[in-house]
Amino acid sequence: MIEVRHLVKQYDDNLAVDDLSFTIEPGRIYGFLGPNGAGKSTTMNIMTGYLGATSGDVIVNGHNILDEPEAAKKCIGYLPEMPPLYQDMLVREYLEFVAELKGVPKAERDDEVMRSMRLVRIVDMQERLIRNLSKGYRQRVGMAQAMIGSPDTVILDEPTVGLDPKQIIEIRQLIRELAKDHTVILSSHILAEVQEVCDYIMIISKGRLVASDTPDHLEELVKGSETIEITTGAGEQKVRDILHGFSEIEKISCEKDKDGNTAARIDVKEGSDICEKVFFAFADQRTALRSLSTIHATLEDVFLELTKNEADDRAAIEDARPQKKNKAKAKDTPENSPKDAPKEETKKDESNL
Amino acid sequence: MKAIYKKEMRSYFTSMTGCIFIAFVMALLGIYFMVYNLSNGYTSFGSALSAVSFIFLIAVPILTMRSFSEERHNRTDQLLLTAPVSLPRVVMGKYFAMTTIFSIPMAITCIFPLIIKHYGNVSFKLDYSCILAFYLMGCAYIAVGMFLSALTESQIIAAVTTFAVLFLMHLWDQLVKYLPTSASGSLITMIILFTLVVLLIYKVTKNWFLSAVIEAAAVIIPVIFYIVKSSSFENLVTNALKNLSLRSVLDNFTSNNIFDIRGLVYYVSVAFVFIFLTVQSQQKRRWS
Repeated sequence: MIEVRHLVKQYDDNLAVDDLSFTIEPGRIYGFLGPNGAGKSTTMNIMTGYLGATSGDVIVNGHNILDEPEAAKKCIGYLPEMPPLYQDMLVREYLEFVAELKGVPKAERDDEVMRSMRLVRIVDMQERLIRNLSKGYRQRVGMAQAMIGSPDTVILDEPTVGLDPKQIIEIRQLIRELAKDHTVILSSHILAEVQEVCDYIMIISKGRLVASDTPDHLEELVKGSETIEITTGAGEQKVRDILHGFSEIEKISCEKDKDGNTAARIDVKEGSDICEKVFFAFADQRTALRSLSTIHATLEDVFLELTKNEADDRAAIEDARPQKKNKAKAKDTPENSPKDAPKEETKKDESNL
Repeated sequence: MKAIYKKEMRSYFTSMTGCIFIAFVMALLGIYFMVYNLSNGYTSFGSALSAVSFIFLIAVPILTMRSFSEERHNRTDQLLLTAPVSLPRVVMGKYFAMTTIFSIPMAITCIFPLIIKHYGNVSFKLDYSCILAFYLMGCAYIAVGMFLSALTESQIIAAVTTFAVLFLMHLWDQLVKYLPTSASGSLITMIILFTLVVLLIYKVTKNWFLSAVIEAAAVIIPVIFYIVKSSSFENLVTNALKNLSLRSVLDNFTSNNIFDIRGLVYYVSVAFVFIFLTVQSQQKRRWS
């Protein structure tokens, strides 16, 4: 169990971690979620004793990381963002060094190294130089390193960054396996990953904990504000007239799409299901609906909601939501078609850079 | 500590740095031994050692430059600092690995007096105490190099600054002579030196009030003493700084045939101070 109390980390002019408090219960997979630069790595570095906090305490299994660093560090295995590997060592040699460093008794050292190599499936690689390993295997060696000494808690800082999709799936499976015997804390700026792997999510923004709950509960948080999207051949005024009588509707926003249809987003008050009512209202007016769909809040919306007003950060999470991005692009193209030429120019500039 | 010591030893030999260091030291010692003792007939090995002491300027940076800066560059310091090992042990492990590498050529050097013995009379006591002084001087320099390596992420910067600092130490006695010896000159030099120290204190503590108080004291007290008795300031700074010379200890052994225990203690203290500073610099990095 790890307890973090009122953690603050102040660099010269910016506050990386701002009064962060939470408790890590044993046997779960925790996910730190936040845009780049939110303070995830800093928090992890403080929890593992690599950095000192400006104020606040980290207590690992009853040991304060500052007062009893050795006892506290024994309970934690850490894989930093960049795996701390010695390039000129063999995999096995490296893991043996880590085992000795972590104080694994000599008699158990070989078994411990073997166990960790089996767990991350790098037994075949044990006689290779770390320098010659691919990124995916280096990440695994890094994980094996964190596993040595059987710590209660394993902290993984962005364990899947820079890996190809197949490796990402493998690493995720690995994390689930680790979770059988250890508490796992991982950080990520990729939503899908955290949602898939973690039992409990902590959303961090600008060094503050803005939400922490299970993925399902977090989704329920914003479920209140449901949205209905309709497309119809009728004009905007007609749509507004038809929907005029509904007290449940908070806001209607319309726009014409390229085929001359009206696409309307209807924000509905909490807990009211007016999908059918809307359908029949349009049917009564003999106005055809081309499409009608309800949009449920996803974790992504929670994330955006909680970290909004941070224009910079939006760009950072954009890569986590490729589908939506494509949609937006598709919408943009017809409008921007005359401007294609300048667009190309900017592309050229980028390639020059 | 043992784990780090073993790892360091292994990496010195897999990365060739250790081999190059040993080969370089042995080659130079061999050449000076041949020229001084074998060709020119000096019976004391100390004279060769004294002449070859510039070797540290090049050999020590080779040995120490990677010690901490490489760890920092590759981020492997995260492993060492998050492992259940205390920082002084990490530093000691690395330091002892470096001095062990340095012991290898020094152990081979112990054969040299025996070779001289084959050709004529030799004072073993004198020669071996010279070797001991030479070895401890190297150990003190290695601690300095290690400290400078802990301050930077770049091995090149570590090597260059180590060379510069060792160069200054090597020529210490000659350079000190150029400082002003008159009473007023001593006073000014003294105040400048104190100010530099205060700047360092300010840099570390970031407490301008404390620094200002110390600076005021450092200016006012010497000035009062100067007004009271200016003659006592003559040669004050040069004499004080002369005592800090590391080379003069070796010279005491090699030229003056003195077994300078005070000097040996000084070498060990310098090594200790710089090991301590290395620990502190690493510690400080975690808090800034």
